[in-house]
Amino acid sequence: MTRLTVNGRVRVFRGHPFTRLVDVLREGFGLTGTKEGCGEGECGACTVLVDGQPVMSCLVPVCQVEGRRVETIESLGGLERLDPLQKALLEEGGAQCGICTPGMVMTAHAWVRRGGSSRPAAIREALAGNLCRCTGYQHIVDAVARVVRERDRRRGDAKRPSRATSRTARRTGRHR
Amino acid sequence: MRGAPETMRVLRPRSPAEAVRLYGRHPEALPLAGGTDVMVSWNAGLLNRRTVLDLSPLREWSRIRRTRAGLVVGALATHARIRDDARVRAAFPLLAEAASVIGAAAIQNRGTLGGNIANASPAGDSFPPLAVYEAVVHTISPDGERRSRFLNVFEGPKATALRPAELIAAVELPFLPKRPTRQIFRKIGTRAAQALSKTVAAGLLWLDGKGRVEELRFALGAMAPTVRRLRTAEAFLAGQRLTPATVDRAVELLGEDVAPIDDVRSTGAYRLAVSRALLGGFLRG
Ligand SMILES: Cc1cc2nc3c(=O)[nH]c(=O)nc-3n(C[C@H](O)[C@H](O)[C@H](O)COP(=O)(O)OP(=O)(O)OC[C@H]3O[C@@H](n4cnc5c(N)ncnc54)[C@H](O)[C@@H]3O)c2cc1C
Ligand code: FES
Ligand code: FES
Repeated sequence: MTRLTVNGRVRVFRGHPFTRLVDVLREGFGLTGTKEGCGEGECGACTVLVDGQPVMSCLVPVCQVEGRRVETIESLGGLERLDPLQKALLEEGGAQCGICTPGMVMTAHAWVRRGGSSRPAAIREALAGNLCRCTGYQHIVDAVARVVRERDRRRGDAKRPSRATSRTARRTGRHR
Repeated sequence: MRGAPETMRVLRPRSPAEAVRLYGRHPEALPLAGGTDVMVSWNAGLLNRRTVLDLSPLREWSRIRRTRAGLVVGALATHARIRDDARVRAAFPLLAEAASVIGAAAIQNRGTLGGNIANASPAGDSFPPLAVYEAVVHTISPDGERRSRFLNVFEGPKATALRPAELIAAVELPFLPKRPTRQIFRKIGTRAAQALSKTVAAGLLWLDGKGRVEELRFALGAMAPTVRRLRTAEAFLAGQRLTPATVDRAVELLGEDVAPIDDVRSTGAYRLAVSRALLGGFLRG
């Protein structure tokens, strides 16, 4: 019996302790958002977060996440309410066949959350373990950069005295 | 055939002492740290019906400790922890750099230094830095504790001098007597991430006030069955000035200590040419 927290809920897996986390999520808990690509740690399709950090769930036997916090793509938005990253990927054309997308989004999500920068080179390095055969990456990098900039703008706004002044300031800035 | 969990037996020690005791009782068991090597083979069906000794609960072995003489990096310290540790970055920057190019972030979050060493791939990226820092490997078994010079841990590709039921507990990095004049870490792979090295190099150079070589330490990975220090070139340059002639000679002598082969990742000739260029560039400054 293995107890772990998945997307904020304590779950118990009653199967064998050496079952891979990707199989526990997909087959044990029916969370099929996480995909398996290569099963060799190479492609990143199976990326989930463990205690906030991206890991490849095809390389993790479930016994090693006993008592840990696991986050999957299902913890972000759904069709009715997209997460900013999902929305940006859609709008920038950063998802095509979609196999890489859940892993890509989770890696990017950890990046955005821990204060990663919007520099394309830094984003490319952060996403280097997630392969995509469709998009050529540029649209993905654009989408992540956009979400990081939105995050920074929100944080900036929160620090300023009022939203109105900051908006005015930005507008004045552009006119100059 | 894929990995079949129901054929596996998992041992989960709660303390290092229990791990050693359990391993003594099950010397056939396979230690498991971050699993980034083990699980790849297991997924391919190559490790079914094995007993696994899961070391991941041993928090004591994932720390990085400072002593008077140096840093002691626990065997279970992940590459991510090593990469981000301010003390490692300050005193042993080449190891921090190596940790930052192993696989990609998700591999660095799981893969450990002990696992990298015990796996003994000829291309282990932490090895050239550990070789030039003259690391000491702490091991423990039911027979007691041992310390081995880093280079003596390897016997060949995928083969270590670890004895039955012996675990790596930590890797000790002695502080350098003084700051190197020049240092280098370079990994040459097919792409920036997720690619094993075609060649990987680490070097430390001390020059005296008159521009003579006080000491050179240079190590290459993926150039021989195990990581190699360039003993011949190092000895030749000791006490010499770095002139075009001495540098050329050292670059030529590199061939004395390595024997690169052709394999899926590269050719011996390419490996030799690129490591000669790395050494030459480093010495010319
Ligand atoms: C996609 C991918 C990319 C990779 N890229 C690189 C790379 O660029 N450079 C590189 O060097 N490596 C790379 N690797 C290999 C691997 O990530 C590293 O070797 C890693 O450091 C292994 O550590 P681990 O904790 O995951 O080992 P595990 O897989 O847990 O164990 C590896 C071996 O060491 C033994 N072992 C583990 N810990 C101990 C211990 N404390 N005492 C005794 N034996 C022990 C195990 O029994 C096993 O034989 C890559 C792997 C993958 C899947
Ligand atoms: S499926 Fe896990 S890395 Fe490809
Ligand atoms: S969208 Fe198809 S692999 Fe990335």
